[in-house]
Amino acid sequence: MRYLFTLLLFLVPALGVWTFVEADRWQLWFPENVSSFGGEIDGLFNLIMYMVAFTFVITEVALAWFVFKYSAKNDTKGAFTHGSHKLEMIWTAIPAVALLFIAFSQMSTWAKIKFEGNFPKDGQYTREKPIAEVWASQFDWRIRYPGDDGVLGTVDDLERSWEFVVPVNTDVVFNLRTRDVIHSFFVPEFRLKQDALPGHTIPMWFNAQKEGVYDLVCAELCGWGHYKMSGRVTVVSKEEFEKRMSEIKAEWFSNGKELGE
Amino acid sequence: MNPVATPAAPHAPHTSHLEPGEGQPGTVREHHDHHELGFLRKWIFSVDHKVIGLQFLFSGLVFLALGGLMAMAIRYQLAWPWRPMPGLSWMFPATGGAITPEFYTMLFTMHGTIMIFFVMIPLLTGAFGNFLIPLMIGAPDMAFPKLNMFGYWTMVPAFFFILLGFFVEGGHAAGGWTSYPPLSTIEAAAPGSLSGQTCWLMGLTWVGVSSMMGAVNYVTTIVKMRAPGLTMMRLPLSIWGLMITSLLQLFALPVLTAASIMQLLDRVLNTGFFTPTNLLVNNLTPDSFAYGSEAAAAGGQPLLWQHLFWFYSHPAVYILVLPAMGFTSDILAIHARKPIFGYKPMVYSMSAIAGLGFIVWGHHMFTSGMNPALGMTFMVSTIMIALPSAIKVFNWLGTLWGGRIHLRTPMLFACAFVSMFIIGGLSGIWMAATPVDIYIHDTYIVVAHFHYVVFAGSLFAIFAAIYHWFPKMFGRLMNETVGKIHFVGSFIFTNMTFYMMHQLGVAGLMRRTADPYAYDVYAHLQPINEFITISAFCMFAWQIFFVLNFFHSMFWGKRVGRNPWKAASLEWDAPSPPGHGNFDHQLEVYRGAYEFGSPEVEEDYIPQTRKI
Repeated sequence: MRYLFTLLLFLVPALGVWTFVEADRWQLWFPENVSSFGGEIDGLFNLIMYMVAFTFVITEVALAWFVFKYSAKNDTKGAFTHGSHKLEMIWTAIPAVALLFIAFSQMSTWAKIKFEGNFPKDGQYTREKPIAEVWASQFDWRIRYPGDDGVLGTVDDLERSWEFVVPVNTDVVFNLRTRDVIHSFFVPEFRLKQDALPGHTIPMWFNAQKEGVYDLVCAELCGWGHYKMSGRVTVVSKEEFEKRMSEIKAEWFSNGKELGE
Repeated sequence: MNPVATPAAPHAPHTSHLEPGEGQPGTVREHHDHHELGFLRKWIFSVDHKVIGLQFLFSGLVFLALGGLMAMAIRYQLAWPWRPMPGLSWMFPATGGAITPEFYTMLFTMHGTIMIFFVMIPLLTGAFGNFLIPLMIGAPDMAFPKLNMFGYWTMVPAFFFILLGFFVEGGHAAGGWTSYPPLSTIEAAAPGSLSGQTCWLMGLTWVGVSSMMGAVNYVTTIVKMRAPGLTMMRLPLSIWGLMITSLLQLFALPVLTAASIMQLLDRVLNTGFFTPTNLLVNNLTPDSFAYGSEAAAAGGQPLLWQHLFWFYSHPAVYILVLPAMGFTSDILAIHARKPIFGYKPMVYSMSAIAGLGFIVWGHHMFTSGMNPALGMTFMVSTIMIALPSAIKVFNWLGTLWGGRIHLRTPMLFACAFVSMFIIGGLSGIWMAATPVDIYIHDTYIVVAHFHYVVFAGSLFAIFAAIYHWFPKMFGRLMNETVGKIHFVGSFIFTNMTFYMMHQLGVAGLMRRTADPYAYDVYAHLQPINEFITISAFCMFAWQIFFVLNFFHSMFWGKRVGRNPWKAASLEWDAPSPPGHGNFDHQLEVYRGAYEFGSPEVEEDYIPQTRKI
């Protein structure tokens, strides 16, 4: 029997590591990263993964090996020891250093993405002049652009539902708001997630580096229709972005007839 | 009165005037002659800690089955979205048996709520806390037997409200087990926020009251009622785990209870603790919210609820695992015939987990809109909590090293706890790292993480504890062969169910979505979810071996004497099962609970009570 139980315990690290190695091939790994800071997040994930994998394999193999080696075969007594101060010191100090290393290695990326003081200041869009306001509500997304005057909350604001059009390779700063309950703005390819909080306006930024259409997922339970609260972020070239903005403007201010509807 | 301060003091004088159940600490209760109690007094309105423990055990197992059924329905929907469920067309006539989206949100809300508040906490602290504490410290009963009875009976209104919610209009609460406002406070926001949420809050408040009474009792009993000679540093680690857990509950539970009363007030009296102004929910302005006045949305703060909720519910995670760690430590040492490796570091690391547990709650809120500077501090404290957890794992391995391991069923489940806790503990480091958490927050990697800790960890430890202490509960052994079959299947299917959720999370799959494949980015994940669902069904079905074994062994299992495992701790000095008053002889403790393989004696263990 001990062979069976040892095998079971040994399969945990063996299959555990194997599935992580194969995950990419099974398309069970990160979706393609297209944002400027996404690579850093993936790198930090991998850093932790290697340290975790090392500990995981050592401890799980030790467990399986001890169960195999020390299974009772006769009536001799086990080793009589109540512990070892030296070992305790070693296995306190080494993980402590490793954990502190992990903690401090995370800080700069977090500060870069989330601290308002570190938001892009030099580009066209800044904390003071965001590209748009993204409004979440049950169960859709509305994007409000500031229009020609570049100021949100004026009469020439443009509104577009569902689709957030942004220019490529540009620092895009925007505000996140909600009309009703808590929602969350999540674009897997951007490695970006932020809850929309009732009563608050939360600034966010990203820099998408590849044109394309990306799913915008609501990542916080917001009611029965939570599963279908999808939107999309369309990343286009700068020229195309200007064109799309004028289209959105024409559509927003049309009386319906000009567009032939 | 403290028996520890005066271990050599002559025992208390003859105390025949005491009521049954009230003896001097550490002495034999006088009236243990059995004047027969009626069925009601013996099994229903009992003040005997062992019966109350069994009451918690049985109600916990019933709710475990209910919560498990809900998990199966959730898994069905995730594998085959909107496909009619066989045999459920009476429940959803409109869809021919397919789940509705609002029902799905209710399912995962109530699955989480029931599993945490009605299964794991009652099983760990209610069932085993009650059953083990007096026995393992050599006391005739709890310090306050009637408070103890009351603690179980305040669970009854909790059961009532949590079950009532399923039958009210709009269904049960559907705001997640975290119940974030304003989704949970505004009636128009979700069907479950009609009366269901009120039932949920009432149920939780009663559970909180019950747990607080239990915690007061446990701490008092452990501090004041230990047998003579049983110092704190001679306590079995199970008792340490339960003691620290009770302290956590005493400090953290009042906050949750206050918060749930505040949310209740928001809902029924239109106060505005958690609901901000100027919301437009379901195209209704605050004026037209069902509960009327504008006060229903008056300047509250949704984040306040999150802080209060997690201030309890993060320590609650340790409430869910510390007793399990204690049981595992005891079972590993006993079945490996080896003293606990590093007893004091084990106690200190449990205390450190509990202490740090109070300053890490913000890691649930990294993406919530909380000030990002707070994220930094919560990240450091959260990552450091991995340190005492790691120390415990190393000490468990040290306990096995050089032992003489008997692979009986309780030992197998205890080893599985260590193996699974390693996975659940290590994956927590990703979540603690703030930048990584931006991506993986609320994805399936979180689901994998807490199921590895609470299901594959704590529930396996509960199985281990049931197999281990079953002889003390019923005087009979559970069947070993069936127990091993139960273990092998549970271990395999549990890992098949939960392991691949890590990779789903890395792929970005969100939790709490009824039909994730509506998104292009998740469409290719359906086959792996099907695999997980089938594994989960097998795992659920496999528990039939446990149910059959449990009930069969209760009545027809092999009879055993006081100490079938040759364990050293005090509970094995009592008869199996112990009568009212527990011990039939005077106890005097001379050593810790883990003297296995000592060269001092011929046998391979020295009971705590033996004088050499």
